[in-house]
Amino acid sequence: MAIRRGRGVAAINYPTGMNLGGDPTQALVHSTPTGNFMVTLSSVDLGQGMKQIMAQICAETIGVPTDRVVIDTADTDTGPHCMGTFASRGTHRAGNAVIQAAKEARQVMLEVAAEELEVNASDLETDGEGNIQVKGAPQKSISIFDVALSAHFKRGRSISGRGMFLIPRSYPEKETGAMKPSTCYAHACTVAEVEVDDETGEVTVLTVKNVFEIGRALNPKMVEQQLVGGSWMGISHALYETTEPYYPSRDHGGTDFNQYLMPGPGDLAETEIIVLERPSADGPFGAKGPGEMCANPQIPAVANAVFDAVGVRIDTLPITPERILRALKAQAVG
Amino acid sequence: MAKVPVQFTLNGSEKAEFVESGTTLLNALRDKIGDTSPKGGCHQGTCGACSVIIDGELRLSCLTLAETCGGADVRTTAGLAEGGVLHPLQRAFLDAFATQCGFCTPGMIMAAKVLLDRTPNPSREDVVEALSGNICRCTGYEPIIQAVLLAARANSQNAA
Repeated sequence: MAIRRGRGVAAINYPTGMNLGGDPTQALVHSTPTGNFMVTLSSVDLGQGMKQIMAQICAETIGVPTDRVVIDTADTDTGPHCMGTFASRGTHRAGNAVIQAAKEARQVMLEVAAEELEVNASDLETDGEGNIQVKGAPQKSISIFDVALSAHFKRGRSISGRGMFLIPRSYPEKETGAMKPSTCYAHACTVAEVEVDDETGEVTVLTVKNVFEIGRALNPKMVEQQLVGGSWMGISHALYETTEPYYPSRDHGGTDFNQYLMPGPGDLAETEIIVLERPSADGPFGAKGPGEMCANPQIPAVANAVFDAVGVRIDTLPITPERILRALKAQAVG
Repeated sequence: MAKVPVQFTLNGSEKAEFVESGTTLLNALRDKIGDTSPKGGCHQGTCGACSVIIDGELRLSCLTLAETCGGADVRTTAGLAEGGVLHPLQRAFLDAFATQCGFCTPGMIMAAKVLLDRTPNPSREDVVEALSGNICRCTGYEPIIQAVLLAARANSQNAA
């Protein structure tokens, strides 16, 4: 009877979004009278930071500071259509829709500015700080504040745009079954080191080293935050969390939160995160969806590490002490 | 059922309410008084999201009856900022990216405040111990631990 160490590796690729009946998201952008921009979506910010990312995407496309953009989300009665926030699709689908809407709004904004400055709209550029100027002659400029006032009160224009992003449904070819379930994949690789007590079956995760390839990280700190949390969640799925009873009868299952095993701050493995950026061809500014992907590779990595440590394959989650001890017993008998 | 009068101090202000006998402090704060900073996660005392400070002690407001709080000094996250300036713990949670969905955050901050009030320079183990009654779905805890250590460093620099 001993504490045995093991190391496991796993690599995954993970689709961005889904392929059910087509995967659409729409966005609307309009300016307020003072030249702020409102983005209306039906997508939800669950805490992953969608509002921040959509504000960045809209601001970058229109050419204004991020704090000039307000994001209104999540009223499916009144907002433009969105399939929702799931399947790691938010940034990719809503982001593309916001780009399209923001481009249209930018075009109207430049047209109004062109009338005010008495130049051609194609000769204008934004300075990123709230002004529009003539290319090569920045002294000839107008603030977006004044452009919005002009549009609203003088020119009768709506500085607004409509965005629609759709990944159409992919059907399998009849002969081969070949299809394109996703246009965009994120990737990850995890190495987990564990200690397994072969007397008690207890697993301690010592280190988790993760490399994530997530397209372009539009907000690197928020990406890191999501990946650190996701890595922990992967360990939690591997070793602890389940709504199913460990025994055949439902009566033995948990019935409430206080019987759902979720690790606390005392059960953390030393965690390392490395981000690789390989911009996707069809993502907004090259982004992919890192959301769900980041909690996946830890699970097979831990299962492989347990195998490396004590020589048993656990193929049912979570990898509980009991499952390990039963497998060790079966191995000894076999 | 007859209502019972409850009087206590919330973040320095006198509060007086009539509540149904058996009302938890959590429900009294959220539904009667309008302080929604303590969150109702499990309502069973297992998640820590409803943590408040009563007479200097960390308490689960979902397991505390409002009528037992007569004359008490109750503190919640809503009362931490002074004059629009965030409390060092709130500042540190932002700077360390220690919140995602934010549901556990008020409870985490209350637990951390009791720790720092008593142990201004805690070790990492002290922080882990202090937060062990609070669960978080999103962050993986490490950013929260780092935020509390950051707030402790900020406090000690201000004191020096």
